[in-house]
Amino acid sequence: MFKELRSAISVFIILTIITGILYPLFVTGIAKAFFHTKANGSLIYRDGKIIGSALIGQPFDDPKYLWGRLSATSPVPYNSSSSLGSNIGPSNPLFLETVKARIEKLRAADPKNKVPIPVDLVTSSASGLDPHISLAGAYYQISRIAKHRGLSVNVVKNIIDRNTNGRLFGLIGEPVVNVLKVNMDLDSSKK
Amino acid sequence: MNWNNIIQGGIYLVVLVLLVKPLGTYMARIYEGKPTGLNIWLGPIERLTYRLSGINPEISMPWKTYAVAVMIFNIIGIVVVYIIQRLQMHLPLNPMSMPPVTPDLAFNTAVSFATNTNWQSYGGETTLSYFTQMLTLTVQNFVSAATGMAVLVAVIRGFIQKQTETIGNFWVDLVRSTLYILLPLAIIFSIVLVSQGAVQTFAPSVKAALIETTKDVTGKVMSEQMIALGPAASQIAIKQLGTNGGGFFNVNSAHPFENPTPLSNFLEVLAILLIAAALCYTFGYMVKDKRQGWAILAAMLIIFIPCLWLCTHVEQQGNPLLSKLGIDQRSSAMQPGGNMEGKESRFGIANSALWATATTAASNGSVNSMHDSYMPLGGLIPMWLMQLGEVIFGGVGSGLYGMIAFIIVAVFISGLMIGRTPEYLGKKIEAYEMKMASLMILIPPMIVLIGTAVSVIVPAAKSSILNPGPHGFSEVLYAFSSAGNNNGSAFAGLTTNTLFYNIAQGLAMFFARYWLIIPALAIAGSLSRKKIVPVSQGTLPTHTPLFIVFLVMVILIVGALTFIPALALGPIAEHLMLTSL
Repeated sequence: MFKELRSAISVFIILTIITGILYPLFVTGIAKAFFHTKANGSLIYRDGKIIGSALIGQPFDDPKYLWGRLSATSPVPYNSSSSLGSNIGPSNPLFLETVKARIEKLRAADPKNKVPIPVDLVTSSASGLDPHISLAGAYYQISRIAKHRGLSVNVVKNIIDRNTNGRLFGLIGEPVVNVLKVNMDLDSSKK
Repeated sequence: MNWNNIIQGGIYLVVLVLLVKPLGTYMARIYEGKPTGLNIWLGPIERLTYRLSGINPEISMPWKTYAVAVMIFNIIGIVVVYIIQRLQMHLPLNPMSMPPVTPDLAFNTAVSFATNTNWQSYGGETTLSYFTQMLTLTVQNFVSAATGMAVLVAVIRGFIQKQTETIGNFWVDLVRSTLYILLPLAIIFSIVLVSQGAVQTFAPSVKAALIETTKDVTGKVMSEQMIALGPAASQIAIKQLGTNGGGFFNVNSAHPFENPTPLSNFLEVLAILLIAAALCYTFGYMVKDKRQGWAILAAMLIIFIPCLWLCTHVEQQGNPLLSKLGIDQRSSAMQPGGNMEGKESRFGIANSALWATATTAASNGSVNSMHDSYMPLGGLIPMWLMQLGEVIFGGVGSGLYGMIAFIIVAVFISGLMIGRTPEYLGKKIEAYEMKMASLMILIPPMIVLIGTAVSVIVPAAKSSILNPGPHGFSEVLYAFSSAGNNNGSAFAGLTTNTLFYNIAQGLAMFFARYWLIIPALAIAGSLSRKKIVPVSQGTLPTHTPLFIVFLVMVILIVGALTFIPALALGPIAEHLMLTSL
């Protein structure tokens, strides 16, 4: 028993050093050397200032911007220091209220658009930080963005297509549009 | 169900099965002490570990000594994880100045990680310092997985050895599992994850200036976004490979920094089942009858594939309440459609349902979508897969020794049916083995059902429920199914960071883990002592389709009979309500 206790403490310390210190440091070293930007959060800079991460969504509800998923984080949506999903069940009355409020908001911002609203525009993402929206969710908003910015529908559509990632090898994952990148391109595009 | 879902699920299964043989062979060679390419690098480290720890790797332990070693090592782990969380204020690598973790939460997290459950009562980026994440969680991710693998190898030795009093050396099995199997795989996986955008840095959170300002709940204008970072990739790789599942961030692998792209997702979900599936082959290889390994893998897949199909199908159907509001939930080239609440756009339905099924079939418990927001029957699948006892792949090592308990029961029942002495792999299955196997099968359901029953009665527990109606009951049932089978995933609407849940779940996880390990080792000891009976006319072959189907039936009948009443009160009731609205 005593012998096993001594071995246990010693093995525990050695494995802690190997897996808890050397392993993460080794991976961090490789990451720094080869994937510096990605390892540090894929940050986007404008004029030397950090304006976000390519992988972390931001809240948008101005009609001239592309809107992303609903976010359940607190106290602000897209709070990237405290990720959270809504965890709301499919039969919860609160869920339907949230969806209805979002439908009204989308309709009010674009009354002429009678196309059925794609589901990811009215539902919360798992992380509350989803940087993407489906192609259907993005295309649904083209007419509104074009109107509010005085841009042609084609210009907006081109910007969306430019910021779309397809499936891996055309098979794995889902095609998605990066909301933040679209909005940066929209801001920098001329009429 | 559409082609996209079938293709993505199909590619996954094909890649998984293709990797079973090479990895399974490699692991068998490691446990048999045969040289591999990594010996040049790792051999000196291994020998140094033994020398510094006063271990003679040649000495084999009786099962009771082996069990004592397992318990001492695991209890040291629990104590150290607890202490580091309580003292993280005074330790380095705490750039966000995280305060000490509360005693009940620290206890829960310590047991959770030592038992390979990785239930997340803590909130990752909001609770733990980088030091705590690395020196407690990452370490436990390795050694709790290695503990499960070591126990499995001891059980396998029970079938190989004859008339022997010992079952191997725990320290050797532990160190070899960690150094030769988990560490190299974790390094490869974490580097690929970083290449996809998973973060790996010791820098503190960064402030980003928002493009459009937003308002917080009090109406205050916010113009900045705090982006939490950290050494995440190295922890994610091992939490997936070791069927641990505890996230670096609160939302686990739904977080874009844990799981940024389709490729990272594919590799992470592959890692969930990879070692557990390959260990089936290792088993066949070591008992010198590879058909036995394939037979077990086949039984697992026979249960896994229909569950995957059903979960995907239900989620792809979407929510009937949203259809009534005119929401477009059809799948097309433009969108995955379906029930997208609590799912990430880049994963859609196919990858979310695949993950949910894999993570609960294995006792992984990481998530890339929020199971609480699944349709009632979509959420029933993950819950039921856990309730089957985490033997459909299950935890690394623990899944297979759990499955061996079911095999012992299946062999025993079939022996009774045909009137022969039950045997498995030449070992007679007698009253002692049956008692131990029954304990292993009965303890988890007892923990789950008693825990759930108490929690829906005690007022302190009831206030934790988020969703009303039968869904609230599902949240509690899911929580105890998860803790009582060392899974770790959650219907996360349930507020579990309370005194009641931290303690209750902590105890559930502890008993579910160690009350199974000890009978498993007892079986190993008892089998080791026995002779090997030569195959004869009267031997029931255990690699045939007949036996595979019989084994599947035993698992399903035990799992179904135990839990159908509880499931009827939760997800099934909710499903009927939703469809009748």
